[in-house]
Amino acid sequence: MPQLPYLLCYLAFGSFAATVIARFVMWSRLPMHVRWELYPVPHEPADKARYGGSFMEETDWWKKPHETSPLGAVKATLPEVLLLSSVKTHNRPLWLRTYPFHMGLYLAGAATGLALLTGILGALAPNLLASSLGTVARKPIIMLGVLGLVLGCMGALALLIRRLTLPALRAHTVPADIFNLVFFIVTFACALLTFVLVDIHADKAMAFAANLASFNLVPMPGTGAEWILPTATVTLASALIAYIPLTHMSHFVGKYFAYHAIRWNDKPNLAGGPQEAKIVKLLAYKVSWAADHIQGSGKKTWAELAMENPTEAKK
Amino acid sequence: MAVEDQTPLPPPFDTLDEEPWIAPIADDVRAKFAGLDDTIALNIPKPTSPEEEARLVGAFLAGLRRLFSAPDNWTFLQPFLFSVEHCARCQTCSDACHIFEESGKNELYRPSFRSEILRRIYFKYIKKASTFVHGDIDLNWQTVTRLLELSYRCNLCRRCAQTCPMGVDNGLMAREIRKIASQEMGIHPKELHEGGSMLQLKVGSSTGMNPEVLKSNMAFIDEDTSEKAGIKVVTPFDKKGADILLIHNAGEIMAWPENIGAFSLLFNQAGLNWTMSSEEPAYDGINYGVFYDDVQFARTALRHMQVAQKLGVKKIVLGECGHAHKALTVIADKVLTGGLNIPRESCMPLLRDIARSGAIRFDKSRNDFAVTLHDPCNYVRLMGIVSPQREILGHVVPKERFREMTPHGVNNYCCGGGSGFAIMSGRNFASWRHHLTGRRKFRQILQAFQNEPMDAEHPKYVCAPCSNCKGQMREIIAFYKAHEKAGLHYGGIVELMVNAMADAKPGYINWEWH
Repeated sequence: MPQLPYLLCYLAFGSFAATVIARFVMWSRLPMHVRWELYPVPHEPADKARYGGSFMEETDWWKKPHETSPLGAVKATLPEVLLLSSVKTHNRPLWLRTYPFHMGLYLAGAATGLALLTGILGALAPNLLASSLGTVARKPIIMLGVLGLVLGCMGALALLIRRLTLPALRAHTVPADIFNLVFFIVTFACALLTFVLVDIHADKAMAFAANLASFNLVPMPGTGAEWILPTATVTLASALIAYIPLTHMSHFVGKYFAYHAIRWNDKPNLAGGPQEAKIVKLLAYKVSWAADHIQGSGKKTWAELAMENPTEAKK
Repeated sequence: MAVEDQTPLPPPFDTLDEEPWIAPIADDVRAKFAGLDDTIALNIPKPTSPEEEARLVGAFLAGLRRLFSAPDNWTFLQPFLFSVEHCARCQTCSDACHIFEESGKNELYRPSFRSEILRRIYFKYIKKASTFVHGDIDLNWQTVTRLLELSYRCNLCRRCAQTCPMGVDNGLMAREIRKIASQEMGIHPKELHEGGSMLQLKVGSSTGMNPEVLKSNMAFIDEDTSEKAGIKVVTPFDKKGADILLIHNAGEIMAWPENIGAFSLLFNQAGLNWTMSSEEPAYDGINYGVFYDDVQFARTALRHMQVAQKLGVKKIVLGECGHAHKALTVIADKVLTGGLNIPRESCMPLLRDIARSGAIRFDKSRNDFAVTLHDPCNYVRLMGIVSPQREILGHVVPKERFREMTPHGVNNYCCGGGSGFAIMSGRNFASWRHHLTGRRKFRQILQAFQNEPMDAEHPKYVCAPCSNCKGQMREIIAFYKAHEKAGLHYGGIVELMVNAMADAKPGYINWEWH
């Protein structure tokens, strides 16, 4: 079926988007939890964020406006996303391996995105792309793509070696950890081989992206290695894209909540404020914990349990 | 483990031979109760029949299921779920843990170790998911009892969580395991439950102190403080409509009355409109539920707030007690509504404002001795209260005599008594605690004072403005005989303030060992 590579791509993108959205919805629909922030909280004003201080350093803080600095949160988030700053700070040997890996993913992703964008542009304005713009656009795509694949492949390989050789990591490694890294290595290596052996000018890749973007499902050209390598790359990459959000590697979704909804969530419940109504609902949940001092049995609510004094009979 | 696995302390405690190793537990105890690493926190009787074994495992799995249920665990569901799903097993957290480090990097104390066991049990036995993806583990009664014990080998200081690139919180995971034990299986350290939260609900205080004893003790404290300071002190009680309800950790009243007296003196001299309560349990700010049980936590917090509501106070101020701070100001925040939602704040900013205001004159030269500051985790990492205590010390201690520990502030190390450990001494647990959890803080204290003569003639003050931390300081200093060998003394921050009060008689701090 000549359209299969295209269909795999559509399926992968669709599955990726659906899974990411589902996870985002799942995380955002969880009930409000108790405050469990961890300092430093970077959206505190700069003079406090500098040393990890909070609004609770002020007397009568509830009478004062809770000033926050969105810029502070951005300043903490950007290095985390772009430089993996917490790994860099707390685990430098790991960072030297995982940073190339992540940067490889970013760059390969950027190259794919640009190629698809070029394809869309080509479908909408063929003349524009046929001009020198098409040639100009191709260079950064090739550069980003190749650099991304090389970094990603090296990073994944370095991570795999470290995981297999460092006793502290080896002891905690599950088979899927190895499978995941090998999956990345094979996919990146296959893409690199395709580039080096049969698509050094990225003609096939650009054409495939353009066809994909314009829903022009023409068969991939070539025979033998010229057909096998690009088809294998598309198949592996599609499977990888669909697979990532199904695993713990979906941390790019969960991490948003880990930081914004948990670690940095310092929003106080002010008397008469909007959180109180939510709390009333949560306190009406029925509890099933079975220990003697609780005996929830799915009948008592949190509010009732809190009012109850388990020692009263013994008084 | 053996003492040789540990890194020697700084001088004059740098000879490992001088450190008495953890006393072994008795053979009959070992035969009867499930333990771990040759110590015991929970005293879980070993099952004596296959039925009992199955019951133990079944109850554990039932509790584990409830952790994932919104009605049963809305309080922590989101952070818990995230920590279950997103660990990359990179072990970045390990080096942040003072217990793991001081154990000579013993695998058992790796902060992710207990989390990983819980995760594997969940995915294999609850979710029936692939062991290829989540790892394999055998579940039997030993796995359960060892995991429950292991949840009490963590101070819940959350220093590891600070370093996790993902945001996984192994401290939270340990606490969730404790919840399975307590809320489902009825297993808890007796110091925290029977002698802690239950006693507090029964008589008003985990010290066993009822309102009558409280009043009598406070009368003695007022008298003693008046005599020592040369200023008449009367602690106001049950004053309706006061601006401030001050809630102490009642352990201070019993063990460190000079701390309670110093608060009364400072608040009176600053002209504050304040009161203490003699109604149970609002004269004891402790809330041990915060260490192991959400229901017990909610019960205690609710009762504190009911008394404040009845008194009609404008706000609650927590005395020098870290976990009481976190319990009532931060965690209870999402439990209180309506008239019970009375503002709560730490004593540190208020004391800082008193020092700033000039209402009380301080003579720093009265505190002419080396001082270091221990940051209670609950103030700094968990509440972001870092600067006020330093500003206070700036008003009452000569700058050149103050020594910061490294690291400090939000990156501090736990005293080793966190999460209830300071009051847990059953079997040989205290001995284990001295070697594993308290050693890093002791090391830090010694490092802070390294440029001082390390002898008894040169007193050194470890300012630990938290009741549990102070209890731990007392034990660790006594364990190493550091009062005699190095002149180490410990106390709160208000004692330093009163010691420097120009209008009070000098010599408020009692340098005798107590």
